[in-house]
Amino acid sequence: MSTTVATPASVERGESPARRAVRRFLRHRIAVFGLAVIVVFVAVALLAPWIAPYDPVQTSWTAIRKAPSAAHWFGTDENGRDVLSRVIWGARASLMAGVVSVLVAVAIGVPIGLIAGFAGGWTDAVLSRIADAMLSVPFLILAIALAAFLGPALENAMIAIAITFSPVFVRLARGMALDAKCTDWVEAARALGNPPWRIAVRHVLPNIIPPLLVQGTLAIAEAIIAEAALSFLGLGQQPPAPSWGSMLNSAQRFLENAPWLAIFPGAAIFLVVLSLNLVGDGLRDALDPRADRR
Amino acid sequence: MWAWLLKRLGQILPTLLVLSFLIFGLQQLMPGDPALILAGEERGDPQVLAQIRAELWLDRPLWEQYLHWLGNVLTGDFGFSWRIRMPVAELILQKLPVTAQLAIMAFLIGTLIGVPMGILSAVRRDRPADWLANAVALFGISTPNFWFGIMLILLVSVQLGWLPPSGYVPLTEDFWQSIATTIMPAFVLGTNVAGVLMRHTRAAMLTALSQDYIRTARAKGLTERVVVWKHALRNALIPVVTLGTIELGRLLAGAVLTEQIFTIPGFGKLVVDAVFNRDYPVVQGVVLTTALIFVLLSLVADLLYMAINPRLRQA
Repeated sequence: MSTTVATPASVERGESPARRAVRRFLRHRIAVFGLAVIVVFVAVALLAPWIAPYDPVQTSWTAIRKAPSAAHWFGTDENGRDVLSRVIWGARASLMAGVVSVLVAVAIGVPIGLIAGFAGGWTDAVLSRIADAMLSVPFLILAIALAAFLGPALENAMIAIAITFSPVFVRLARGMALDAKCTDWVEAARALGNPPWRIAVRHVLPNIIPPLLVQGTLAIAEAIIAEAALSFLGLGQQPPAPSWGSMLNSAQRFLENAPWLAIFPGAAIFLVVLSLNLVGDGLRDALDPRADRR
Repeated sequence: MWAWLLKRLGQILPTLLVLSFLIFGLQQLMPGDPALILAGEERGDPQVLAQIRAELWLDRPLWEQYLHWLGNVLTGDFGFSWRIRMPVAELILQKLPVTAQLAIMAFLIGTLIGVPMGILSAVRRDRPADWLANAVALFGISTPNFWFGIMLILLVSVQLGWLPPSGYVPLTEDFWQSIATTIMPAFVLGTNVAGVLMRHTRAAMLTALSQDYIRTARAKGLTERVVVWKHALRNALIPVVTLGTIELGRLLAGAVLTEQIFTIPGFGKLVVDAVFNRDYPVVQGVVLTTALIFVLLSLVADLLYMAINPRLRQA
């Protein structure tokens, strides 16, 4: 190895960090595959009214628990409803719950974390202990307890997941704020007389975005599992509205005669979560400045 | 080391205090008047209601209620289950061994699969064995436990008829039957742990293998086996041991849905049933216990980290 400081190829090319990240991400074939799957699922969720072959809540007494066929690709459930249509509509509940709850968690967690990191002292101690206390309760148990106290509904499940997730983002933002506080450019900004909130918003926040993007993607995957889990327990989406979790719950009773009821909604959760994890891993590699030599 | 331990305790105690506020606060949030729920048929009788309120300290100011509750909790009195009319502490002690058995079995399965897989994939980096191990780990992390559980029941119990789909036999009653009823849920939980541990082991091994002392060891002419097993692995396992302890903590509390699916009467089932019966003291007790276990295990993780990493002991 030479002693001279190597200039990364991207700097020579005069490439912006965002562009470089996109280029690196695109080189990750499996992450791109994950992204494609997510795009398909989002499209399916948005276009549900037009692409679902049947009404997802329309019962039919002549088509109860029919195996997959040309008319019903994924079969029908115990009330004669089309499973494919329910999986398609269920994508709405799952994806929305995943994205909304993580966005709310970010909106709660990041400002609190920035305040804790910047203020230090007692403010930091109190806020950090609250985050620690929440993180010490197992995630699902806290979400179940909150959802139970709030009452069973999809919105309440989302609130419960958001609250449960927020300390993760408090920690992330706090750590970044602490790091940034010691950097020269924040020192310079402070010397110029910028107030702390301005430094936090203009100088620290943009630096949090890469790790936030990675953590957020992985958190959406977890939030989708959490929503499915709460709906599975009857604490999320209420019947007859379709949700992957609640479909799995009723499928359990007919495992011997109608296994397709359990296979398809679960496979949908698995595919979405797997894809989000792939994208999260790809983003991490693409956004990590230390990975420049790869 | 003692100074470090004191500092760590100084962090844990305030955390536990905040936790007690949160759990007590949850009780205040709950819908409905507990006295009305408890009174049942006699809810019309103001005298009964007053008596219940006095017994539960509900007629006192909030801070008095909190101190009373905290005092009880500290002496091991977690209150009474409203539904089963049993002390919550007793209920928890009853269910804990079941969940502990499941968690330990899952932990063993996860470690036995995850750690060797992580070592293998680091040593054979960017080769088929590495890709396969990564795919298995990703599968373990991405499969929702409850779906995997249902699929296993479908395959192993319904199709093949090898294992009972649900139910639980205590270890003390019939050892093999007990293993038969818990092996599937333990496997479901274990795959998840295996995925997490594989990734950590792989990362730690890759870091260790890129260190200078490894190059020195190779330059000395040591065989690759000695380099990998003796020099790299020992150092790589330090972070893995700590993470493993935290995974065990997660398992002790995180089996909620898996227990539900396999109808195993452990912690998870207790809390779900309590939620649906609006049995709040039980919900509180479980939240508190699982949090305590988690905090204690993360302390154990830190101590293990100190114990196996001699460099830290002197610091």
